[in-house]
Amino acid sequence: MTLLLDVRDVTKRYGGVVANDAVSLQVREGEIAGLIGPNGSGKTTLFGAITGAYPVDGGDVIFNGASISHLRVGPIVRQGLARTYQQTRIYGEMTCMENMQISSRASQGNVMSLLRLKARGAQTRAEDLLSFVGLHEKRFEYGGRLSFGQQKLLEFAMALMSEPKLLLLDEPTAGINPTLINGLIDRLQRANKELGVTLLVIEHNMRVIMNLAEHITCLAHGRVLASGTPDEVRNDPRVLDAYLGAQ
Amino acid sequence: MVDNFLLLVQNPNFALDVVLNGLLAGAIFALAAYGMSLVWGVLNIVNIVQGELVVLGGYIAYAALSHGVPAYAALPVSALAMFAIGWGLYYTVIFRVVDKDLFISILATFGLSIVIQQLTNTIFGSDVRSFDTGLGSFYMLDGAVTVAWIKVIAFVLAMVSGGVLWLFLRHARLGQAIRATAQNPRAAHILGINTDRVYAMTYGLNGALCGAAGSLAVMAWTIHPYIGLPYTVRSFMIVVVAGLGNVGGVVVAGLSLGALENVAGFVLGAEYQIAFVFTLMVLILVWRNWRAARRRTYLS
Amino acid sequence: MIDPVLDRLRKTPEWLVLVVLGLVSLAAPFIMPGLVTQLAFLWLMVVFAQTWDVLGGQLGYNSFGNVIFFGIGCYATAVMQRDSGLPYFDALTLGLLLSALLALVAALVFGAALLGIRGHYFAIATLGLGIAAGELAAGWDYIGAGSGMSLPLFPGELGSRELFFYFVMLAIAAVCFLTLRWLYGTRFGLAMNAIRDDEDKAEAMGLHTTAIKTVAWAISAVFLGLAGGVAGNMLGFIDPRDVAFSGATFGVWMVLMAILGGKGTLWGPVIGAIVFHITKELFWTYLLGWQRVALGVLIVLIVLFFPQGIMGWLADRRRARAGGAA
Ligand SMILES: Nc1ncnc2c1ncn2[C@@H]1O[C@H](COP(=O)(O)OP(=O)(O)O)[C@@H](O)[C@H]1O
Ligand SMILES: [Mg+2]
Repeated sequence: MTLLLDVRDVTKRYGGVVANDAVSLQVREGEIAGLIGPNGSGKTTLFGAITGAYPVDGGDVIFNGASISHLRVGPIVRQGLARTYQQTRIYGEMTCMENMQISSRASQGNVMSLLRLKARGAQTRAEDLLSFVGLHEKRFEYGGRLSFGQQKLLEFAMALMSEPKLLLLDEPTAGINPTLINGLIDRLQRANKELGVTLLVIEHNMRVIMNLAEHITCLAHGRVLASGTPDEVRNDPRVLDAYLGAQ
Repeated sequence: MVDNFLLLVQNPNFALDVVLNGLLAGAIFALAAYGMSLVWGVLNIVNIVQGELVVLGGYIAYAALSHGVPAYAALPVSALAMFAIGWGLYYTVIFRVVDKDLFISILATFGLSIVIQQLTNTIFGSDVRSFDTGLGSFYMLDGAVTVAWIKVIAFVLAMVSGGVLWLFLRHARLGQAIRATAQNPRAAHILGINTDRVYAMTYGLNGALCGAAGSLAVMAWTIHPYIGLPYTVRSFMIVVVAGLGNVGGVVVAGLSLGALENVAGFVLGAEYQIAFVFTLMVLILVWRNWRAARRRTYLS
Repeated sequence: MIDPVLDRLRKTPEWLVLVVLGLVSLAAPFIMPGLVTQLAFLWLMVVFAQTWDVLGGQLGYNSFGNVIFFGIGCYATAVMQRDSGLPYFDALTLGLLLSALLALVAALVFGAALLGIRGHYFAIATLGLGIAAGELAAGWDYIGAGSGMSLPLFPGELGSRELFFYFVMLAIAAVCFLTLRWLYGTRFGLAMNAIRDDEDKAEAMGLHTTAIKTVAWAISAVFLGLAGGVAGNMLGFIDPRDVAFSGATFGVWMVLMAILGGKGTLWGPVIGAIVFHITKELFWTYLLGWQRVALGVLIVLIVLFFPQGIMGWLADRRRARAGGAA
């Protein structure tokens, strides 16, 4: 399998805090990869560094064969590298359908193309994806009126709407009703298999990530502690230490 | 314009005169800006009515002086009256916008500024006012530099007023409550601080600072009903450049602005001085944003 | 009592409302010949409120400086009329084109410089921009400096001037309304709302946020520039601070009317402008000397007690009734 994302020795500092210290990780095309680590270990920071939210202090990010570490958020996402946020971000004063319609790939076009497109375009695809995440009944509800868990699902659907090659998901199960988590895992797998989206998932719940991911990277204090198959990572004494030490 | 500039460059003594008088005026800008940063930091409101409070303070001092109040009492009288007015404004309007969207508080205080501007215009007339304290001037460098004594006194009093408030915030119990509220209103509330009263006090103290600034402005310079907004914009600019809560920065930025403005007024012509103030503010905001954008961060 | 009327109105198809409104607007100057000028100013107010709402309501960028495009429009047309040496209507037409063009260019330049500034910094930066423009115009001799510019006499018979400019202003307001109605129905309209709700997210979803913001501002600028060119001729005289770049009147009214009617809606600014203008015309004369105080008080009252505007209030009311019925 070809490498889709190659993070090479990425370093990112906040003042004195080294949030990412020469972090490397690879994501192969078509797989589901996992990123774990205790709170504050630098996972969200790494997502920001990959997607261009801020310049990195060292290292390089290769996406789809080309370096993207000098690019900004817009050009990167238009190449097909999308993310969701730990704190979920949706458009609160727009309906779910509108949230979906403005997230389509066509909406990333230039102003002239936006002027030609009807606001109500891409209707079926938007409705299909809303059904896919179980929000079809809420399609005319304002995004801001959904529960936190529903907003997470909406944000996931919006990300799929933009047809990314690689989607970075920041704690997709946090705040979701535990009885619905299995359904969500199933949807992540279907998005991966049926829609062909490669996933890199930050996940706190060990049971979830062990079932989901083919490769897992574990961060602690901004460094890569271990990486490999779920079994290798699970049995790595340093990973156990990091988690037990943190809790 | 070029001629004026050359005049300054070729006559260092004259340039000194312009810069010195500007620096002295800057102390009053700094005083008003200190009040704005206080309200901004504690209530999280950009107080667009700031300049009108300065002007109103000036008119109160002027009225008191014309009714026989001695010059040394003008500042305290104006400060006290403006404290009361600030307190009153808090409990009529400001308390309603404390937790609201910033645009709401900007618009509301903008509305207030129109009201006060027009009221001062109706009550005191639209003439330019100045109260002559009769203190005379002193000369340096064979008369090339002329400085009115009252401007020096105003400078000192502005620094003292700011200093008194600073000490009050550091050491008095109420001052500590104000600072605690600025840092974390919810925690302050839980600790038993009456945040509403703290806000009212803060707004009142800001009024007092504006009163002090206005009384000094009317004695050392001039006021008229329509110079409020320039004072607001100067205060805003000073706070933005200095950063919230940086008292030293406010003083430095205020004095620099005073000097810069006086030089610009001389070089470009006095009729362009206001245009210069507003343009400078726009440029500062643009520059600040451009710098932040290069670092891919956003200021909010 | 009001609810049945509103329900009726809500069920009326929009095209019918537009046709009726259009016919009334065309007939109005003949039904009320004494009020032609006030009616023309009504359309100016409608343009003000609508164009302000493009950024303020739809994009979430509250500008206090939109009056700058109006002022540029005032002067551009006036200068063309003064200096071109062309016959009246040729000069006027060319002048209006120049107004629109210069306003457009100004919006692109200021947009590039200012539209990256967020929140209240943007509001205050635009406030500064508007006032600086007025002060600069008041010092520039080419455009009459502080004493302003007088416009050429209208070459028609008595009363025809008012009627002519009424229809020109009506046309601008109508084209502006229809343009925005179309715009809000495109994907561009959704993109503006997305930026309003969460600009960083919109950027992270790949929207061309800078271009969208700049184009939106340019669209309002064009209509403001045209309106400025016509308004100068309606008044016959341009003062830099009190007409062209009048932040304290037009500049504030724009914001107030849009909020009064309901920010972020197509009809809100139109309704807000009509309500504000009629109220103003009815009561202003009684407030002699206190008009600006009243304006300030009005701003404070609306912002404190009616920030959702008429459209927001209607939506709340409908929601409450639906909740009550369920
Ligand atoms: N904007 C920021 N400014 C300063 N420090 C930050 C910022 N964001 C994160 N950090 C610090 O960087 C470290 C990593 O944080 P984060 O990436 O959010 O961890 P995780 O997502 O693994 O919980 C933490 O120590 C955090 O305090
Ligand atoms: Mg995180």
